[in-house]
Amino acid sequence: MKYALLILSNFKRHKLRTLLTIGSILIAFVLFAYLSAIRRAFQMGVSVAGANRLVVRHRVSLIQPLPQSYERRIEQIDGVVDATENAWFGGLYQDKPTAWAQIAVNPPEFLQMYPEFILPPAQREAWFKTRTGAIAGRKTAEKYHWKVGDKIVLTATYLRPKTGGNAWTFDLVGIYDGANPETDTTAFYFRHDYMDENRMFGKGMTGWYGIRVKDPKYAEDVARKVDATFANSPQETKTETEKAFVKGFAEQMGNIGAIVQAILSAVFFTILLVAGNTMAQAVRERINELGVMKAIGFTDAQVLSFVLAESLLIAIVGGLAGLGLGWMSVAQGDPTHGALPIFFFPPEARTLGLVIALALGLVAGALPALQAMRLNAVDALRRE
Amino acid sequence: MKPFRQLAALIAFNVRTLRGRLGSAGAAVFGIAGVVAVLVGVLSIGEGFRRVMVVAGKPDTAMVLRAGADNEMTSVLLRDDVELIRNAPGVAKDAQGKPLLSPELYVVVDLPKRSSHTDANVPLRGISQGAFAIRPEVKIIEGRTFEWGKNEVIVGRGAHSEFAGTDVGSELHFGTNVWKVVGIFDAKGSISESELWSDAAVLGPAYQRHASNSIVIAKLASPASFQQFKDALTSDPKLSVKVQTETEYYESQSRTLRGLVTGLAFIVCSLMGVGAIFGALNTMYTAVAARAREIATLEALGFGGFAVMMSVIVEALLLAVAGGVLGAGLAYVAFDGYRAATMNWQTFSQVTFAFDVNARLMTWAIVYALFIGLVGGFFPAIRAARMPVANALRER
Repeated sequence: MKYALLILSNFKRHKLRTLLTIGSILIAFVLFAYLSAIRRAFQMGVSVAGANRLVVRHRVSLIQPLPQSYERRIEQIDGVVDATENAWFGGLYQDKPTAWAQIAVNPPEFLQMYPEFILPPAQREAWFKTRTGAIAGRKTAEKYHWKVGDKIVLTATYLRPKTGGNAWTFDLVGIYDGANPETDTTAFYFRHDYMDENRMFGKGMTGWYGIRVKDPKYAEDVARKVDATFANSPQETKTETEKAFVKGFAEQMGNIGAIVQAILSAVFFTILLVAGNTMAQAVRERINELGVMKAIGFTDAQVLSFVLAESLLIAIVGGLAGLGLGWMSVAQGDPTHGALPIFFFPPEARTLGLVIALALGLVAGALPALQAMRLNAVDALRRE
Repeated sequence: MKPFRQLAALIAFNVRTLRGRLGSAGAAVFGIAGVVAVLVGVLSIGEGFRRVMVVAGKPDTAMVLRAGADNEMTSVLLRDDVELIRNAPGVAKDAQGKPLLSPELYVVVDLPKRSSHTDANVPLRGISQGAFAIRPEVKIIEGRTFEWGKNEVIVGRGAHSEFAGTDVGSELHFGTNVWKVVGIFDAKGSISESELWSDAAVLGPAYQRHASNSIVIAKLASPASFQQFKDALTSDPKLSVKVQTETEYYESQSRTLRGLVTGLAFIVCSLMGVGAIFGALNTMYTAVAARAREIATLEALGFGGFAVMMSVIVEALLLAVAGGVLGAGLAYVAFDGYRAATMNWQTFSQVTFAFDVNARLMTWAIVYALFIGLVGGFFPAIRAARMPVANALRER
């Protein structure tokens, strides 16, 4: 500790350079935070997909409807605990298309099958009792300042109400939270029975089914049995695990995600390389000084540790500040106006960031430090 | 004039001595080139996507959707609606004097991506006879066009390169229907290239959409006839439709994706800009510090502070331009024409497009590089000009 002052005084030599180097590292780690968040966002929550759940959709495509009568038949299949219907609404809010999903569900079955949607008991009860009731995710509710009790009007794009016009009015009875940061809390869920009662066309149809299986080990088996049940009917099905379904959906975003990630990683490492080079340069410049230190009695190990401590300090200060700032700005929400509903700085990436910062300090310091250590005091002094 | 003569001499001097400082100057050039290349790369995604939408969107082509529908997928028009639209004023006529329009049916089918073998939602468009005249950019580049009344499809170039099983001669199974791929078409990069096309009259029954279409596309007599066409349809009490020009429609369809790309580009640009300025500052400060004695000597010889300052700025700008040009060139080689596919958020269907590094983007990139060079050179230049001559001469 008694050498702390010695180490610190080196920073004052080129105050501006030290600051700029720390600044570059800071920027690099802010970028790193965004990179990690974007990476996770493009996976669309695949890591929290339920292992015991399957998704059944029309074989031709997700947008083709399936008959509601399938629910009973799916539930009779061996290995199926429950099946529940979901229908895409695709309405407009305030006359604009929304980035958040609106889905018609059967509330008790839905909440049981997807326990990651957390709703206070009183709000659950209210939803079960209110036919026009709907629940919204925390993010969307906050975005529009919705409160429980509000009336929410959505404009249908294809599901016209039988009463005429295009407006559907819902009573917001609950606001749900996610059990996990990767749970999508932007969606809006309302009651399928209300939709059925009020729709002009397409009665008896739903969009897709969620299935809960008894044993995730046999999930693939159950999926095959479901598809076999409806083979050669006008509405054939395609059943896959929720994980495969989410992965396929994320895959549709295509290589844009991969390209953005590749670019951001390239930038991150370039900035670190430049910063590391500057740090190494700062040591090389005063190698003769280190020679003087050795000449007046500092050991090799001491010289090595001074140099390392200096570069580690720069890397850690810059890294921590960058990770902190990145964490805060990522928490401000996604920069794409809702295209990426799951947007957060994953905890394991924070750890990885710290490790990278440490590695940067070690590597940038180690090379010149080793050079300094091996240096013969006499040679160093002779250098210009 | 003296400061300018001095400045010219100093710039010449700096440029001649650059060889001696190849390391640090090279680092600065490559740093800026990297920043510019990355920036152009990210922005070219947005440009490419915009181009797809712009080529598709013609101001003299109108799209009629059902009122309330926000895209082709959610729109339904009945046969009677189509007849009313057919007789509306303002529509261009073909050689036989019939109105140039195409009632179309838009559905989505699952096809495996070539890259990952996972299913993607690919648009399948059923068209009517007028469609090719309305979209003259569509040219068959392999095979032939489909025959009206048959279960045949033609595949857009983009869709063909992204999705498996779409080669000419192969068969596609959608539900209980089998479709034969008979041709591949090019549409000058427009969104049609992401689609599969077939006869609407065959597609309708196969999709239990016997008596309905999704939209009507009409070629207008001129862009100015749009208002007349629109007013006639929207004021007709028997119709409940929304009328847009194609330009407006594709503008609204690309909103989410453009938001995504510009949002990401904004972060990349601002963070990298700051990073690059830090890097440039460091390089130029180091350059000035390393040449302290040299600069002091120049000042002792009678060169003015202004000339010294400007020479540092000019040097930074020269390095920045070199970096900017190099970066823009790199980006052009690496990204221009790169084909990609993504999801159009409005219909969840696939759009294929090519990254587009155009002159506008490259010009902006070089301006951006100059800005970095200016900021990165300015402060070190002031330091150089203010350096006390005696102290600097004494420095080792």
